[in-house]
Amino acid sequence: MIIEAENVTKIYRTEEVETTALDRINLKLEDGQFASVMGPSGCGKSTLLHVLGLIDDLSDGSYRFLGEDVSRYSERKRSVIRKKNIGFVFQSFNLIDELTVYENVELPLIYDKTPSQERKARVESALEKMDITARRNHFPRQLSGGQQQRAAVARAIINQPTLILADEPTGNLDSEHGADVMKMLVKLNREGTTILMVTHSMENAAYSNKVIRLHDGRIVSGEAGQNA
Amino acid sequence: MYGPTGENNVIATKNIKKIYTTGEVETTALENVNLNIKEGEFVAVMGPSGCGKSTLLNILGLLDSPTEGTYRLAGEEVSGLTEKLRADLRKGNIGFVFQSYNLIDELTVYENIELPLLYTKKPPEERKARILEVMEQLKLAHRQGHFPRQLSGGQQQRVAVARAIVSKPRLILADEPTGNLDSTNGEEIMSLLTGLHEQGATIVIVTHSEAFAEYSQRIIHLFDGHIVAENMAA
Repeated sequence: MIIEAENVTKIYRTEEVETTALDRINLKLEDGQFASVMGPSGCGKSTLLHVLGLIDDLSDGSYRFLGEDVSRYSERKRSVIRKKNIGFVFQSFNLIDELTVYENVELPLIYDKTPSQERKARVESALEKMDITARRNHFPRQLSGGQQQRAAVARAIINQPTLILADEPTGNLDSEHGADVMKMLVKLNREGTTILMVTHSMENAAYSNKVIRLHDGRIVSGEAGQNA
Repeated sequence: MYGPTGENNVIATKNIKKIYTTGEVETTALENVNLNIKEGEFVAVMGPSGCGKSTLLNILGLLDSPTEGTYRLAGEEVSGLTEKLRADLRKGNIGFVFQSYNLIDELTVYENIELPLLYTKKPPEERKARILEVMEQLKLAHRQGHFPRQLSGGQQQRVAVARAIVSKPRLILADEPTGNLDSTNGEEIMSLLTGLHEQGATIVIVTHSEAFAEYSQRIIHLFDGHIVAENMAA
């Protein structure tokens, strides 16, 4: 089991107001699944992705990631697990404009201090997988949106993560480029990577094999253990 | 600071021309651009969208090459350099700030600022000291463990500026740095750049805002790829 969330609750507090972004979420994701989280904007889907991605902590409930209870882990401990096991893909690509495609894909390995020989081999293999080798020396602004997102996915898989979390990965793309990126995700999933994707597009959700619907911070259908 | 040839221009371009070719269509993005920027200057490039200002900034930042003409960065001719040498020059000398911040969402503020230093051979303690110093300077110290999405747009852009200056570049290039910000946050970023300029930084900013251009010392107006006017800011 990759993800086991039990009554996960996330409350944001500002001085006077409490907002319940996630309300007792129960969710399981097995190894090799490709799940979508759908719902209207403000329903909590990005918050859910942040909590499951160990970027954000939870206010209540328990969360087991790869069998380990991480519910009360400090940011430092979460960070170690996150970097080792999770690849992120965001709507806005998150590429650094002054670095080439190659350098952008290489980034996590630079933070990791991976030796340069190994870096080279892994970057080349990720570029190959995402079919973006021909653009390796280009800068993000010289690429189409679809190519930029493929570069972002290449960076997300560079550490061979167990889990990919994708937040509206096609949100900035036209339908042709969007379909391109979705096919890449399907390919990664077939090769064994577990994927959880947030989307508001039915079309994209159709690529996954489980759809979880969120409304006002609650799962309204597709909850734990129910396989599509 | 003087370059190898003794000139004190950080930037010197001569007859720069940039042509984009797609299929059979040629678009001239820049034509006959002659631009000298001295060490310590704060220059704004203005013009309507499509006038070539981002193309110019990309060329100045070695992210793109001119089709014709020459470009000397810190006294060194860069036209014929290999991509590897250009990358080294870029990383050692230029800090970039973009409209869209360019932060990595799964990395903390501290980690995002650290990025340029990872390409240098600075020892970890020295790196840490420098990052803390920059965070202090940009009033981000209390945000160091936060992630970009937990910050306001203005704070995110401050993180981007911190990253741009952490390796003490000779030149800061900013492409519409206030484009995603409301006027209060925009003014804050401009004051920040002004402060860096007062401490000696050379800054070139691309903007379409008259008000923000006034923070600079000299305004270059681009139109259809040509420099059409140049004036000292009020």
